[in-house]
Amino acid sequence: MAVKLRGESFDPWQALQTHQNEKPELAGKFGATSIFVGTMRDFNDGNDVQAMALEHYPAMTQKHLEAISTEAGQRWDLLDTLIIHRYGDIQPNDPIVLLAVWSAHRSESFPACRYLIEELKTRAPFWKQETTGANSHWVEHNTPG
Amino acid sequence: MSITVKFFASLRETIGKSDVSLDADNITTAADVWRIATDNHDPVGNMLIAINMEYASLDEMVKDGDEVAFFPPVTGG
Repeated sequence: MAVKLRGESFDPWQALQTHQNEKPELAGKFGATSIFVGTMRDFNDGNDVQAMALEHYPAMTQKHLEAISTEAGQRWDLLDTLIIHRYGDIQPNDPIVLLAVWSAHRSESFPACRYLIEELKTRAPFWKQETTGANSHWVEHNTPG
Repeated sequence: MSITVKFFASLRETIGKSDVSLDADNITTAADVWRIATDNHDPVGNMLIAINMEYASLDEMVKDGDEVAFFPPVTGG
């Protein structure tokens, strides 16, 4: 289980490969890897979005993402989980979050991955501030899943 | 009693502060922390509260050395 907070842009596909390479003990054990990558759009609620700043409460963010990962491991039979989440200044098309779940079978990995993103969105203390034209505003709610 | 108070995101801008150190004897609950740290600002309807980084309610008790945070609904992911 790993939780990483990143202040700079990251490549989720490279991060996924790197994490898996660092876990040779998983080789041959997992039959399913479910992933979710959240990427910044250039539109939201009918507005063009030029940029976004993602604020967080660092220690609480880490603590709750680890708790969510632990809960997923208690609810499903998982071999490993990885969460990487951005903070700071983000541009359209930048990845915001990577969630990955490894398990023997897809019946475990799919619901666990969904659990991670839905719990993250309601519990992890991040806040988005979007720049639209000359203005910026705080995003007040998540978009429906 | 010594309490560290944090405000985040839109609530930080509403209150005009990010970090406050309280040292007062008339603090029992998170509501007292809010009242003193914000100079009696009305509680914001949808705000969330964390005591020592665990979600809490305004009527929850605080103790010396606690960190109490106030922030709007979260929007990560």
